[in-house]
Amino acid sequence: MNNLVILPILIPLITATLLLLIPKNVKLQKVISVISLTFTTIAAMVLVHTVYRDGIQTLEIGSWKPPFGIVLVADMFAALLVLTGVIVSFTCVLFSFRNIGKGRENFFFYSFTQFLITGVMGAFLTGDLFNLFVFFEVMLMSSYALIVLGGTRIQLRESIKYLLVNIISSALFVIALAYLYGLVGTLNMADVSDKIAQSGQTDIVTVVAILFLIVFGLKGGIFPLYFWLPGSYQAPPYAITAIFGALLTKVGVYSIYRIFTLIFYHEPQITHQIIAALAIITILIGAIGAIAYWDVKKILIYNIVTAVGVIIYGISIATETGYAGGIYYLVHDMVIKGALFLLAGAMFTITGTDNIKKMGGLIKRHPLLGWMFFTACLALAGIPPLSGFVGKILLVQGGLEQEHYIFVGVMLFSSLLVLYSVMKIFMNCFFREEVLSSKEEKGSTRGLVYPSVILIALSAFLGLGAEFVYPYVFEAAETLMDPSIYIQAVLKE
Amino acid sequence: MEIIMTIVAGVLIATATYLMLSRSILRIIIGTALLSHGAHLLLLTMGGLKRGAAPLLGQEADAYTDPLPQALILTAIVIAFGVTSFLLVLAYRAYQELKTDDMDQLRGNENNE
Repeated sequence: MNNLVILPILIPLITATLLLLIPKNVKLQKVISVISLTFTTIAAMVLVHTVYRDGIQTLEIGSWKPPFGIVLVADMFAALLVLTGVIVSFTCVLFSFRNIGKGRENFFFYSFTQFLITGVMGAFLTGDLFNLFVFFEVMLMSSYALIVLGGTRIQLRESIKYLLVNIISSALFVIALAYLYGLVGTLNMADVSDKIAQSGQTDIVTVVAILFLIVFGLKGGIFPLYFWLPGSYQAPPYAITAIFGALLTKVGVYSIYRIFTLIFYHEPQITHQIIAALAIITILIGAIGAIAYWDVKKILIYNIVTAVGVIIYGISIATETGYAGGIYYLVHDMVIKGALFLLAGAMFTITGTDNIKKMGGLIKRHPLLGWMFFTACLALAGIPPLSGFVGKILLVQGGLEQEHYIFVGVMLFSSLLVLYSVMKIFMNCFFREEVLSSKEEKGSTRGLVYPSVILIALSAFLGLGAEFVYPYVFEAAETLMDPSIYIQAVLKE
Repeated sequence: MEIIMTIVAGVLIATATYLMLSRSILRIIIGTALLSHGAHLLLLTMGGLKRGAAPLLGQEADAYTDPLPQALILTAIVIAFGVTSFLLVLAYRAYQELKTDDMDQLRGNENNE
């Protein structure tokens, strides 16, 4: 029992409600957002530290014993993602102060962002499957509002598709929950896991597991369920795409990790093989998409798809090294996708276009932006001193130990393509002859670069300070390896 | 009874799938409504359709029906309601702005030079 667990959900929720009351006072909204995010970050840090020191923290809401009440569970995996998620959304909010514009700020933009954070944090921290569904809906509803806020033609067009896909996946989620409830008669994750372990994972349970994979695959954008992602993420402005790219798909990925390590881990020769095959195709599809386009936003969006594939594969390696690699890469990817989208947003502010061929020579007037983007590219591809390297090397090591040679080959090859795709942006946009003289620039980057500086510094810390981060990640991987730790912490048997 | 209800839910979901594959946005929205009906019915059915009193302690019956699926459905219904009303307004705005309700004309058409 620890009330600390609910703080990362409660603070954004209260803030969002407060911000609803002052729609026209933008300055006060900004101040409140910053204060609330600072407190949420501190709460998340304390949470990580507490989990590290005392083990898994649970909160039985209303003092109802699980499995009868809803329980919030913070193991190290969830706590790390909460912390990363808060930091990334903090920087995205700082970015949007300068970038999002009066029109959107007057229509509850900061409120929606806080609701989105509430949903994401709740999805990370909950220990109940139906509660997970509800937090998914909290997150998705605010993302619907954010994606269409502003109401330009492309936003209207793409948000209809985004809504439809998510409505269908939500209905499938309810159906999957119905089947699971019919089979085991409980929805508490620890209790479901316990019951399935006792009765054995029968074929029908495996079918339900695959239904869950389809549901979370639709949210997370794995092959062949990623088709909605490139169009939808292209529609909103960069500040919003950055939050989406860093958080939304990762919640789907987190859920896949959670259910396939905690609940459906008894038939790996079926479920984990399917995940492995899908992950490899996802990596390839993402890499192909990333090298095919000449549009900055599209390239970065397809890089999300590649990263999702890489992270998901960690499940089918199913060793401590594999899980640790997956978790490390997940944390790294949230940070670096946030940074890349924010930097690309700054580039868009300057040039007013996403087309690589219409940009050039930005490095002359914007050296900081340029070299930050360069560092982010290297981190994304996994060049040693930066964060992407550690996750990838752990995944390679885990893959080689389990003799998954195809995955290791595909992943290393995809790193090359990813590096090519982002270097294409860097070389063409920042070098070559200048396209815009200083007078022709569409906007100033004042205040736009420093949020991504925070993220790049964090990425460098994750790479250089790996010794410091390792124990946390390995504790998270240990909990994933051994579901009984989680079950005991929740059910207290 | 469960078998009949499952078939009914199946028919609802089949109809929903058919409607959602059509071109007009309004038909698609009707499809999503039917889909959520099917999902909710299925949730009720999978909870078991055993006979028993309504889950009110004042009824003092020997057996009650399972209250949990009913609470879950109630939650799912309001969520589906919220999302559907958002989708309807969105479709209305899109019709005003884009002057079409044909999904074929709402395709992405960014040319990749």
